[in-house]
Amino acid sequence: MDSRSKTFLCIIIPIVLLFFIFNTLALIQGFGYSLTNFRGYGSFDFVGLRNYIDLFTDPRVGRSYLFTFGFAVACTILVNIISMLLAMGLTSRIKGKSALRAIYFLPNILGALVIGYVFNFFYTYILPAIGEAIHSGFLSHSLLANPKTAWFALVICVAWQSIAMNTLIYISGLQNVPEDVYEAGAIDGATGFKRFRNITFPLIMPYFTINMVLSMKNYLMVFDQVVSLTGGGPAQSTESISYLIYNNGLKGGAFGFQSANAVVFFLLIVVVSVVQMKILSRREEQL
Amino acid sequence: MSRRKSAVRAGRPTNIPVTILMILGTLTVFFPLYMTVIIAFKQPSEMTNDVAGALTPPSTWSFENFAEAMRITDFWHTLGNSLLITGCTVLLAILIHSLAGYAIGRNMQKRGYKFLYFYIVSGMFVPFAILMLPLVKQTAMLGLANRLGVIILYVVFYLPINLMLYVGYLKSIPLSLEEAASIDGASTWMTYWRVIFPLMKPMHATVAVLTALGTWNDVMMPLVMLSGTGQNTLPIAQLNFQTQFGTNYNLAFASYLLALIPIIIFYIICQKQIIKGVVNGAVK
Repeated sequence: MDSRSKTFLCIIIPIVLLFFIFNTLALIQGFGYSLTNFRGYGSFDFVGLRNYIDLFTDPRVGRSYLFTFGFAVACTILVNIISMLLAMGLTSRIKGKSALRAIYFLPNILGALVIGYVFNFFYTYILPAIGEAIHSGFLSHSLLANPKTAWFALVICVAWQSIAMNTLIYISGLQNVPEDVYEAGAIDGATGFKRFRNITFPLIMPYFTINMVLSMKNYLMVFDQVVSLTGGGPAQSTESISYLIYNNGLKGGAFGFQSANAVVFFLLIVVVSVVQMKILSRREEQL
Repeated sequence: MSRRKSAVRAGRPTNIPVTILMILGTLTVFFPLYMTVIIAFKQPSEMTNDVAGALTPPSTWSFENFAEAMRITDFWHTLGNSLLITGCTVLLAILIHSLAGYAIGRNMQKRGYKFLYFYIVSGMFVPFAILMLPLVKQTAMLGLANRLGVIILYVVFYLPINLMLYVGYLKSIPLSLEEAASIDGASTWMTYWRVIFPLMKPMHATVAVLTALGTWNDVMMPLVMLSGTGQNTLPIAQLNFQTQFGTNYNLAFASYLLALIPIIIFYIICQKQIIKGVVNGAVK
């Protein structure tokens, strides 16, 4: 073995070891715990697949999955529609382009937990006050206090922050569409929405893919805003999977049971991401 | 390309309606921030139960709330912790992840390294929620339930994405540069630090921005790792503050604002690099 290969090995071995210990080993341990009735402390027994069977009959877990997926889908759709519109606005012939872009990106860098607290106040005091001022019965109660509307309040808060990111990605996509493609399209009568559907959208498809995969994955893992906005309530209606694992597993003593939940959650994330990439990359078109 | 495009565009008039619409849209960004600032400066007695009570400017601009919030959250100590954790993580990420990227990127033709690449990159799909429970046990056993442990875990956690970025960037650096150096007698190790590491500077910037934003605002890791150690990061201090003093909104908002200010200052100074870094990280 020459010295170059040796150097590479000396670099990579400690790094892989570190990764194995704190990532793969933890993953394997998590799987191990999922087969026990461990409470996070004390002694525990091996219970086989008991936890996994219980998962599918536990109403709290079921509700949490339903909420998390519904939330992720709603958020992905809302965020991507607004981001696409915003990106088109920000790449059109407007004044103060770079300043506007900088402003629209600002929410993305702020801490999600703190922003959640700010929105919490807005939903609890300001919005009902506005609702009363305009005599709207619906708005004069806090959105967060009602299990039917709390999820939507969460969507708005998360969207406020993540629209920035998706917009930025669409902007870099739109900038890669050469002007002459539009000109050629205009001769064939492609304008307005037709132009968007037949020319712009297919050309920025790779960026749409990135956004879809990133959004879905991030929203499925939503945690910070749940902590600061709803605490999983009211009536556990906004308990995301990550929040449930933390709350019930680490604080609530169901360590083994929630480990099983975490394993299932992990597999679901992998499946969702892979399926999304497969479907979307098939539709991508090359310039 | 972009120069040609802007030359074409320069000849056309500005789209005034869209400009106005875009400017109006920024109100949605500014409104929550405006609200935060206004409430942070007010006294509880000024908070009436209508819209005006919360949104009109305070009668006097006093920094009393901020002083009190700083005292309660131990602001400087907490800020120091956040800076320490984020700073060390970014520094280590640039040094270690770029090395990993180099070792793997230059050996992708070998089956073993290629396997390692996919093995590590697939770690991107592992949500922290599944690692959280075992890691708490593991780090407690190793005596790493502290700031050092958090830094190590961040370095491991950001390895997959950063490795992918570095390996991708390395493809654009020709092998001939290294060969020239090795003919001059430099070892691979020296060549890396003298030739390759400086050349990867644009990617270092991207990695620094992504890693810094991620760790600075992170809640889960310090929440599970640092609880009970007396060492808080800025987000965790807000969480604790909320559970203890949640009813005094003016104090709370002063505290929120304090927690937001460092990153806003950072953004104002390096806004271009941040946006560029985030786009590079996502698109590449």
